[in-house]
Amino acid sequence: MRPMLAASGIAKRFGGLQALDSVTLEVARGHIHGLIGPNGAGKTTLFNVLTGLCSADAGSVQLDGESIAGLEPHRVVAAGLSRTFQNIRLFAATSVLDNVLIGAHLRGSEGLLGALLPSPALRRVQARLREQALALLDYVGVNRHAQRLAGELSYGDQRRVEIARALAAEPRLLALDEPAAGMNPAETQALRDLLARIRGDGTTLLLIEHDVKLVMGLCDRVTVLDFGRCIADGTPEAVRGDPAVIAAYLGSAASEPDRSGAMTIPAGSDR
Amino acid sequence: MPETHVPRLLLIALAAMALVSVPWLVDGLLGITWVRILSFAALYVVLALGLNITVGYAGLLDLGYIAFFAVGAYTYALLSSPQFGLHWPLWATLPLAATAAGVFGLLLGTPLLRLRGDYLAIVTLGFGEITRIFINNLNAPVNITNGPQGVNQIDALRIGGLDLSQALRIGDLQVPAAYLPCLLFLGVASLVAWACMRLQASRIGRAWQAIRQDPLAAAACGIDLRRYKLLAFALGASAGGMAGGLFAGFQGFISPESFSLIESIMVLCMIVLGGMGHVPGVILGALILATLPEALRALGPLQQTLLGQVWVDPADLRMLAFGLALVAMMLLRPTGLWPAGRAR
Repeated sequence: MRPMLAASGIAKRFGGLQALDSVTLEVARGHIHGLIGPNGAGKTTLFNVLTGLCSADAGSVQLDGESIAGLEPHRVVAAGLSRTFQNIRLFAATSVLDNVLIGAHLRGSEGLLGALLPSPALRRVQARLREQALALLDYVGVNRHAQRLAGELSYGDQRRVEIARALAAEPRLLALDEPAAGMNPAETQALRDLLARIRGDGTTLLLIEHDVKLVMGLCDRVTVLDFGRCIADGTPEAVRGDPAVIAAYLGSAASEPDRSGAMTIPAGSDR
Repeated sequence: MPETHVPRLLLIALAAMALVSVPWLVDGLLGITWVRILSFAALYVVLALGLNITVGYAGLLDLGYIAFFAVGAYTYALLSSPQFGLHWPLWATLPLAATAAGVFGLLLGTPLLRLRGDYLAIVTLGFGEITRIFINNLNAPVNITNGPQGVNQIDALRIGGLDLSQALRIGDLQVPAAYLPCLLFLGVASLVAWACMRLQASRIGRAWQAIRQDPLAAAACGIDLRRYKLLAFALGASAGGMAGGLFAGFQGFISPESFSLIESIMVLCMIVLGGMGHVPGVILGALILATLPEALRALGPLQQTLLGQVWVDPADLRMLAFGLALVAMMLLRPTGLWPAGRAR
């Protein structure tokens, strides 16, 4: 079967740093796919390339067989790939409900005339989008905060609103950049249930995560990046035992001793 | 919801009646000169609401906004004056003034899309001045704008057979000449305010809100930044152009010096003073700043009565009081007199 996302030969250079070096990533339909690696491995850069926030120097990206490489960010969303950010980027001074409605932007068609003088049909569409947004907030468990400003919510709730906002576009593939960062164990457990439910409801997930337990317990497949290269790809069990992965995380005898333990320390700053 | 429609219509009717009675009230309380002052203030309201779309909604700081006012004014003036011997009717010139300014807004906006914050402000500031100088010099080799002398004898505002610069008699009711343009401008300002509020609460308004707060996240939500920024530029410019057309018809004379940088700054002050992004606040700010200079004229007679003679020229005192008022505002209410309420 054709993969949901197929990226191959992705390269990206920032000045003297080869952030990504012919990276290949295949995400199967219906999977939760983990993307892991030590800090600075290039995970977020790969996300930015996939979602059009930065352009790759080389490589191809196909979403469901359709090329999305080099598209502008809003076109990537239109193609069916939505994302969240490592450092939450909600519209803080906007209500939670309006945040989700902004996420549903592409599903509305209302233009200038419709904004000023909406027809009855358009009013029904608006009411339906609103209901769906409220339902989504219910789905991620923050509907009681619908009318509050997004910036007032707790960290964990903001993460949930950001997931709801990304889901509002009805993506085929949802890309989450460290959704569990900064969460306590109970919140992480609830997030894990939510992600499993999203997958169960038919959305494929791509997930950058530092929480090893979450990745190992949730992901169907894991890709490991180190220094901008793919060093392993396979089931969580296979990847966990891979000598290259162990070396990347714990440091081989000669190199990078300061990076030891990065896998168990939650989310430091990443590029 | 049929039951809510009746009170709503009633409310609109009441608001319209209140609006129509405004010139009579102002004339009765303050005198006929204030009707004229209020007419100008209503035009400033339209200008401020327009700039509020660009700056308040979409977060694009435009310091050359008055250029769109100029484009609208000159469009109207050239199509209804002896300059080219054209005397087009208002229903054609006013939409054309708005459209010309809107197209101008698109032309300006397109190269500016990549600029943000300070850079955008500087380029728009330059653009505003360039427009004024351009109009000033466009009397040679072909005389289009009549240069620094400006355009004279512009046709008065006229709706159908009704000349708004003439007194009107309806039965026993005498409507003085000053009332009619005032009523027209109040009506236009109300319509623009209504449109702004509708826009703000719409999908377009939410997209602007997103772009203003975080363009990157907005793009990741599927919002086409280019399209919505240009829309904000064009709509803001159209409102400015419409105000310009009305201004030209009302004054009967325009020249480039009416469109200097200080006017752009003044309109920006109105929305900052009132409460950026909030329609009632913007209206309040425009009304206050447009009428304040006139109200401060009273400082002359006040000195006469209190001190026996005029010590300081009221014109100087006005600018001083104006500056002090702005400084006090920034200290006491940095988000404006009437900022948007927070969400529940």
